[in-house]
Amino acid sequence: MENQTPLVEMRDMHIAFGGNKAVDQVSIDLYSGEVVGLLGHNGAGKSTLIKMLSGAYKADGGEILINGELVEINNPRDARGYKIETIYQTLALADNLDAGSNLFLGRELLTPFGFVDDDAMEAETRKIMSRLNPNFQTFSAPVSTLSGGQRQSVAIARAVYFNAKILIMDEPTAALGPQETQMVAELVQKLKAEGLGIFLISHDIHDVMELCDRISVMKNGKLVGTVRVEDVNDDDILGMIILGKKPMKNTS
Amino acid sequence: MAKDKQNYFASLGIDGRLLGMIGALVALWVMFDLITGGRFITPRNLFNLSVQTASVAVMATGMVFVIVTRNIDLSVGSLLGFVGMMMGALQVYFLPDLVGGGHWSIWIITCLFGVTLGAIIGSFQGWVIGYLAVPAFIVTLGGFLVWRGAAWWVTSGQTVAPLDPVFKLLGGGVEGTLGESLSWALGVFATLAALWLLYLSRKRKLAHGFLVKPFWVELTVAGIIGVVIVGYAAFMNAYPIPARAAKRIYENKGLELPDGGSALVYGIAIPVVILLIVAIIMTFLAKRTRFGRYVFATGGNPDAAELSGINTRMLTVKIFALMGALTAIAAIIASARLGSADNNLGNLDELRVIAAAVIGGSALSGGFGTIHGAILGALIMQSLQSGMAMVGVDAPLQSIVVGVVLVLAVYVDIAYRRRAGL
Ligand SMILES: Nc1ncnc2c1ncn2[C@@H]1O[C@H](COP(=O)(O)OP(=O)(O)OP(=O)(O)O)[C@@H](O)[C@H]1O
Ligand SMILES: [Mg+2]
Repeated sequence: MENQTPLVEMRDMHIAFGGNKAVDQVSIDLYSGEVVGLLGHNGAGKSTLIKMLSGAYKADGGEILINGELVEINNPRDARGYKIETIYQTLALADNLDAGSNLFLGRELLTPFGFVDDDAMEAETRKIMSRLNPNFQTFSAPVSTLSGGQRQSVAIARAVYFNAKILIMDEPTAALGPQETQMVAELVQKLKAEGLGIFLISHDIHDVMELCDRISVMKNGKLVGTVRVEDVNDDDILGMIILGKKPMKNTS
Repeated sequence: MAKDKQNYFASLGIDGRLLGMIGALVALWVMFDLITGGRFITPRNLFNLSVQTASVAVMATGMVFVIVTRNIDLSVGSLLGFVGMMMGALQVYFLPDLVGGGHWSIWIITCLFGVTLGAIIGSFQGWVIGYLAVPAFIVTLGGFLVWRGAAWWVTSGQTVAPLDPVFKLLGGGVEGTLGESLSWALGVFATLAALWLLYLSRKRKLAHGFLVKPFWVELTVAGIIGVVIVGYAAFMNAYPIPARAAKRIYENKGLELPDGGSALVYGIAIPVVILLIVAIIMTFLAKRTRFGRYVFATGGNPDAAELSGINTRMLTVKIFALMGALTAIAAIIASARLGSADNNLGNLDELRVIAAAVIGGSALSGGFGTIHGAILGALIMQSLQSGMAMVGVDAPLQSIVVGVVLVLAVYVDIAYRRRAGL
């Protein structure tokens, strides 16, 4: 795997808000068919790092390479153009719209006359939801009336629907019940098998060890290190997160 | 119990909020009719009411988009004044020299000029709001002062009159109506179109295998729509043109007034037809276009809209451009109705327009609002004012009542939304 071109390579990324260096010279990469976990304490800079990849923030500096090619990502539209889809920690749903409108927001299905085709979007939404979360039944109510987990399902469906090559999941299971979490885990495995590259941010070390191939740990905006899952145990990871020290047998 | 009722209406696809507004309107009309001894619900009064409502209602449809995206436009009254004065000056002082006095193209050039001017001014304000990030409240408060002052400058405060005779028809005077047969035709056509749309929507839903409303509900809704539209046409056709005006009309056509007086009636006023067209286009924009979808998405969650790739700054420019164009259409109606343009045109209209949109269910917190609600809101406000004037309520008390009703209406709206869990 190491000698093929990475799907995504982020080099020396940095961004500051005022004087606060939220992300400071961080480099990470991601290969297709791989899941890379991002771990770190609250405020470590995980969400900020991936937002530079998804186009939500414009980096102060650093390089992003997709399939070895240097790219400019200035806004979410650019990122979507490179087949990067994101499940944001905040879900980024328009609460007053229904599930279908949210799923297709910015990419509406149109009738031959160029008008928004709500019925077709609802039909597609029903199809994908029946695969992702069969318990989901509320298709015409505003998503503000849904439960946290149902809202999360909508955000996941949106990221998966459009055939992403690169998937960013920022705490995708925070609001999900055990059964739904299990389904997301299976989804991750399946997408990985299809050759997607996935960045997975989570606070659940157990989940991350289970699903990920490599783990990058951040602390105070800096990268502590990146390790292969088979080389470390839970305590090594905890040490990296809390003390910011790399384990001795780090190989990568 | 109340919750059950709400769910029941919801399951039938009936908007409880809309029912409430229609109920309030009917209650107002019946109340005023009883107090005035049957003078309120007459063809003559409803004709005047619909013409008076048109200008504010046209602007209220645009204000819905403005308010849905968490903005406000305080400049519409002043802008109406400025655009009205500019259109007046153009058709009275300039166009007669250019194309000849009384030329058929004067009203067309004037209207195109007005709408373009309104859209340009609106997009400029929208650009300052969207791209320079100055709050809409401040930008349009500035506009409120600027355009009122500018309106004065156009003619140094002089009233512009008389306006072009064809232009004046757009204000809905004695001759500014569809007349009897066209009114019937419009009534029947509108009803058939509404039924056709209901049918298409049902067919589409069935084709996708979705649940549809029970057939009797659709039928009832269709029936009510038909009765209201055709009933309105019939009512307007029951308003006879006064003998003296009728005589003039016959003479202009070189005809003799028939024996036994004229059978001429008003029919539906042209401003109402303009409002109808605006309402249809705006509803379509809101529900069936990407632009409308983005307006509501941005109002519900601006960050989510941005992250979905929507250019919310450009969207703001477009929304205010649309508001400016609609304000110009309102200026056409208002000045044509008056037959002249003066510096007072549109005074305080911004408040009427905002009140109409808000009573009609547009939430200042963003994300919610409907076109038909805003038009109903404008009609309720105008009914309240006309009714009180007819009953003889003092002007100061009138404004107190309107103010209290406004606050009350918004409170009811908030309470309703909370119950509905929105
Ligand atoms: N838009 C912003 N403006 C100012 N500061 C910001 C902004 N976004 C993030 N920050 C700051 O950047 C730092 C990193 O935040 P970030 O959201 O990336 O943390 P995180 O690792 O995702 O934390 P969590 O686990 O809580 O989600 C924090 O100190 C935060 O205050
Ligand atoms: Mg985060």
